[in-house]
Amino acid sequence: MNFDDTPQEAAFRTEARQWIAANAPKQYEAELSKSSLGRISLKKDDIVEVGKAWQKKKAEGGWVCLHWPKEYGGRGATPIEKVIWQQEEGVYGKLTQPFQIGEGMCGPTVMAFGSEEHKRHYLPKLASGEQIWCQLFSEPAGGSDVAGLRTRAEKQGDNWIVNGQKIWTSGAHYSDYGLLITRTDPNVPKHKGLTMFFLDMKSKGVEVRPIKQANGMQEFNEVYFTDVVIPDSQRLGSVGDGWNVSLTTLMNERMSIGARLATGFPEIFEFCSSLMTDDGPAIDDRATRAKLANWAVRASGLKYTSYRAVSALSKGERPGPENSIGKLVAGVMLQDIAAYAMDLQGAAGVLTGAAEEEAAGQFQQMLLSAPGTRIAGGTDEILRNIIAERVLGLPGDIRVDKDVPFNKIPTRGR
Amino acid sequence: MNFDFSDEQKQMRDQARKFLAEKCPPKAVRAVLDGNAPYDKDLWKGLAEMGFLGVAIPEEFGGAGAGHLELCVIAEEMGRALAPVPFSSTVYLAAEAILLAGNAEQKKKWLPAIASGQAIGTLALFEGKGNPSPDAIKLAASGGSLNGVKKPVPDGAIADFAVVAARTGSTGRDSDVSLFLVDMKAGGVEARALTNLDPSRGQAELAFKNCKAEPLGASGEGWSVLAQMLDRAAVLMAFEQVGGADRALEMGRDYALDRIAFGRPIGSFQAVKHMLADMYVSATLARSNCYYGAWALSTNASELPEAAAAARISATQAFQHCAKNNIQVHGGMGFTWEFDCHLYYRRANATALGLGSLSYWEDALIDRMRKRNAA
Repeated sequence: MNFDDTPQEAAFRTEARQWIAANAPKQYEAELSKSSLGRISLKKDDIVEVGKAWQKKKAEGGWVCLHWPKEYGGRGATPIEKVIWQQEEGVYGKLTQPFQIGEGMCGPTVMAFGSEEHKRHYLPKLASGEQIWCQLFSEPAGGSDVAGLRTRAEKQGDNWIVNGQKIWTSGAHYSDYGLLITRTDPNVPKHKGLTMFFLDMKSKGVEVRPIKQANGMQEFNEVYFTDVVIPDSQRLGSVGDGWNVSLTTLMNERMSIGARLATGFPEIFEFCSSLMTDDGPAIDDRATRAKLANWAVRASGLKYTSYRAVSALSKGERPGPENSIGKLVAGVMLQDIAAYAMDLQGAAGVLTGAAEEEAAGQFQQMLLSAPGTRIAGGTDEILRNIIAERVLGLPGDIRVDKDVPFNKIPTRGR
Repeated sequence: MNFDFSDEQKQMRDQARKFLAEKCPPKAVRAVLDGNAPYDKDLWKGLAEMGFLGVAIPEEFGGAGAGHLELCVIAEEMGRALAPVPFSSTVYLAAEAILLAGNAEQKKKWLPAIASGQAIGTLALFEGKGNPSPDAIKLAASGGSLNGVKKPVPDGAIADFAVVAARTGSTGRDSDVSLFLVDMKAGGVEARALTNLDPSRGQAELAFKNCKAEPLGASGEGWSVLAQMLDRAAVLMAFEQVGGADRALEMGRDYALDRIAFGRPIGSFQAVKHMLADMYVSATLARSNCYYGAWALSTNASELPEAAAAARISATQAFQHCAKNNIQVHGGMGFTWEFDCHLYYRRANATALGLGSLSYWEDALIDRMRKRNAA
């Protein structure tokens, strides 16, 4: 049990710190440190463009996808070095948001199932942010039930012809490539007829339609496929093995631990420390302190849980589904914290404008965005199922469609 | 960074688990709970023989000299097994007090006796309702003798010696408090066992009447030693709580797998699964906070006060949460005396109060975080 850096870790930290001090886009520091969930945006500049510039600079210095092998654009760093980098990158890490799906999910899947040629061609550009990747899994009829997806891919010579629709695709509107799971055989049970591909998002027949979200922003999209041609060489894994390939993707998502998980705690602690109420500073109030303490131990618990996972990873152990607790805990926290901060603002809590209100409207935006956190990437309920079944070993839910050929599953005509 | 116990420490945990599984089955806990004995003397002797009582006591004082990380893993197992022995009062409180503030002679007298299982110690801090506070200490010390009443005192009726917090001044400052050592067999103190929520661990009232006592540490330093003691004990107790929480979660999980209703194991119903998943989340958060506390304790880091409060809060919540929902998963059987669920429920709620209540530690955590932020 040791929290201190080893001499090597300390040297790495110093190197990272010095590089960041010399290269970070400091003009955005103040804006970034004020932005929390739901409002990571810059006033004057496009956040994706600023992010790409930062990513490019980091890539030139060898500071992207740190745990990836060097030949694929990484640094060959240890899991702990990656965590150290994230600690040092601090607020500038918020600029990496457009690249996280690529780094955390698409890249590792290509690394596991792509040809050597593909890996050398695509991964370095993914790592450097030159090309952004998105993940095309969810569909209108397959959200939590991902294996219920209907997008069809049919073999035609050396190509596959894809028709269908994806939804909730984060960043599709600025992505260059996508990781796409399709149904290639509807005559077998749902998990067995799936196949994974990657494709150029500028392919003919791909149409991206932004979705306006409940929080007023537009981060995810519907993606329509009309006779889109994908060469068989862009298949990842065997035909019919798409479900297993997707599990690799999801497992890698869990391995991208130490990731920046917003809980809202630093924001509410700072807010309560500075807010004056009629009875003095909010943080002197008994009820407020009890709430803060509860959130504090959840935030620290998550932080140290991720450190435990990193320690396991650095010993060669594979972090398991127990890391599902992160988003489950953080999502509810964000929602509760936002509501409480607004409660402290009283009637003025209703105002959302950025300039004139307490904390510049950040909690209002957090409140509006938090429901998305509790749904995207596995709803709270799906995460509880995962913990119950894969960690605690409880029986799976009764699945009436599990052994039925996909095209015989009742749909009520929808 | 390595945020895990070492292989040797894990081996020690396994050894303790095996030992306790054999020597401290639920039947042994029930024997004390039912009032057949004030504590499990055989188990206490066995713990001494295994070297567990003196694991953090230096070798020169008869201990194993291993350290506090080792004590943490043993504490976890003691909590898991609900060991009905005065371990927390003797080891987390009395031994730590002597290690922190005792002079050479006091160390020589009491530490080997603790390690060998010959002396049970405790801390006499509380005087009725309320949380730890210098103002709440009224018991008077003058001319080396104590007058006043302490309650509740954990394991007070079976203790051989007590560390007593007493008032030695009236300036209204923390320095009005001093610590004393009282040999319970030397007279001047009367112990009366009190009924309590968790009879597997005793609580008592100690009435001091012109009781001769020797100072422990410098006069006026009592509160600062107590504050350190409470932080250290909070981490150790948090490990007990996490051990208990884990066991309660396992009991609930096992029952949910075994019990059939509506033609299927009740663990296949989402209402039950989600309840168990939430218990797992609490227990995991608590364990992670405890690991941080263990690190701070073992290195005596400046982060200890904050880490201890976080571990204490998180572990208290987790144990209470797991123990109450374990009963819920068990349904009617969980509410019987016969099933062991209530043993964990009792222990969870008793340990939640012993070192100061949840709200006390919540308050402390926020104070400490503010202090750090201001620095």
